[in-house]
Amino acid sequence: MSEAAVRVIGLWASPYVIRVLIALKLKGVEYEFVEEVVGKKSELLLRSNPVHKKIPVLLHHGKPVSESLVIVQYIDEVWSSSSSGGAPAAAILPADPYTRAVHRFWAQYADDKVPSAVRILKGTDAGDKEQAAGQLAAALQLLEQAFVELSHGKRYFGGDSVAYLDIALVSHVGWVKAVEKIAGVALLDKAKVPNLVAWADRLCAHPAVADAIPDADKFVEYSVKYGSFSKPINGPAK
Amino acid sequence: MAAGGGGELQLLGCWYSPYAIRARVALGLKGLSYEYIEEDLFSKSDLLLRSNPVHRKVPVLIHGGRPVCESLVVVQYVDDAWAAPPHLLPADAHARATARFWAAYIDDKFFQPWRALFRSTTDEQRAEAFKDVLPQVEVLEQAFMECSQGKAFFGGNAIGLVDIALGGFLAWFKAVDQVSGTCLLDEARFPGLAAWAERFMGVDAVRDAMPDDRRLLEHYRGFLAKLASPAAPAGYSS
Repeated sequence: MSEAAVRVIGLWASPYVIRVLIALKLKGVEYEFVEEVVGKKSELLLRSNPVHKKIPVLLHHGKPVSESLVIVQYIDEVWSSSSSGGAPAAAILPADPYTRAVHRFWAQYADDKVPSAVRILKGTDAGDKEQAAGQLAAALQLLEQAFVELSHGKRYFGGDSVAYLDIALVSHVGWVKAVEKIAGVALLDKAKVPNLVAWADRLCAHPAVADAIPDADKFVEYSVKYGSFSKPINGPAK
Repeated sequence: MAAGGGGELQLLGCWYSPYAIRARVALGLKGLSYEYIEEDLFSKSDLLLRSNPVHRKVPVLIHGGRPVCESLVVVQYVDDAWAAPPHLLPADAHARATARFWAAYIDDKFFQPWRALFRSTTDEQRAEAFKDVLPQVEVLEQAFMECSQGKAFFGGNAIGLVDIALGGFLAWFKAVDQVSGTCLLDEARFPGLAAWAERFMGVDAVRDAMPDDRRLLEHYRGFLAKLASPAAPAGYSS
């Protein structure tokens, strides 16, 4: 049996994996999802990403690409038009260099601010939950402003089409909604970040995203079961 | 020297910031003329605070009045906005992904252990920190072999993103080596990197961006003295 041309090694609950799947679905690329077992890294993963030993890894004709945002850019560059002969898939990276730079800036910002706060709020990492919630709320406020500036009144950070920053940020929404329930905090608060809330609802309903981001309850269940992506739960969450 | 197409160029930097050095190297390689504005990081200008309100850090590239922040975002912006050679990223999508991967490694994995070495004020701390950073240097040595494919730079025949990402630190490596009596890029252990460093420092655009060795050493000694004193302030943000 021959191997699929495109394979993704990952876990469904990882925001970094989610963004790769969204990018592939947007491009209409068929892929095989190779799901890892939580707490036990496969030989394939260790061989494909020996430097970090982390998911996601994209295997394209067997050649590995690692680091989620690097993978998303790779997908955008390789599948710059639809392979099925239909309408070309929209570009993920904005065409304009300045807009591209702004998307890169905010994607990095989201990755710097969101996951660390989420880990504290769900009890994986020690920390002051109130402070983490405050920092995350402040970050979402800035992203709200960025949305208003970048969307120009349209649906996405990319305007009419789902772009790099849309993908980078929406991949965190599952866990943000989950920690709202786990920690009892309002983060995607319509009163504070109305545009982001509307954007999140809209984008989570998009066909390329809906399957990649299950309901918040699923993330909550996962958190209870596993604690974090790579470590089995050691004991009760703080 | 080509002027920035589409508006004036200003770079907010600091003579000893490795991140600002990265931006200067990229601008120099592309032959761009710009106004360089030296920032006092302990007394930041209004322009800096306005241009980078999120992080308040250098470098900031201002092009036609629009700011670009985060050194590697700046470098990629320079490459995107001025499409004429030299290209700072390779043409092949997989090679680009590899370059981005290693640039991310330098900032995500290499920097923290090196920072511990940089901030060591006693011989004991230095020995410990040096031991901790060596595995990362070993990984980068292997990365150099993989990326250069026998050529001069990580980017092949010409300087690329990874060269710039790592190269920005070379003057600092030298200063730390001089104070601690170590040799980070030791020729015997890391022949590829040692030879690369010499070649990199020999390039005009690089030399122009680098601080004076003696001035940096003096500055570093001053920094360490402040760190070691009981009334030490918070220290550098980098």
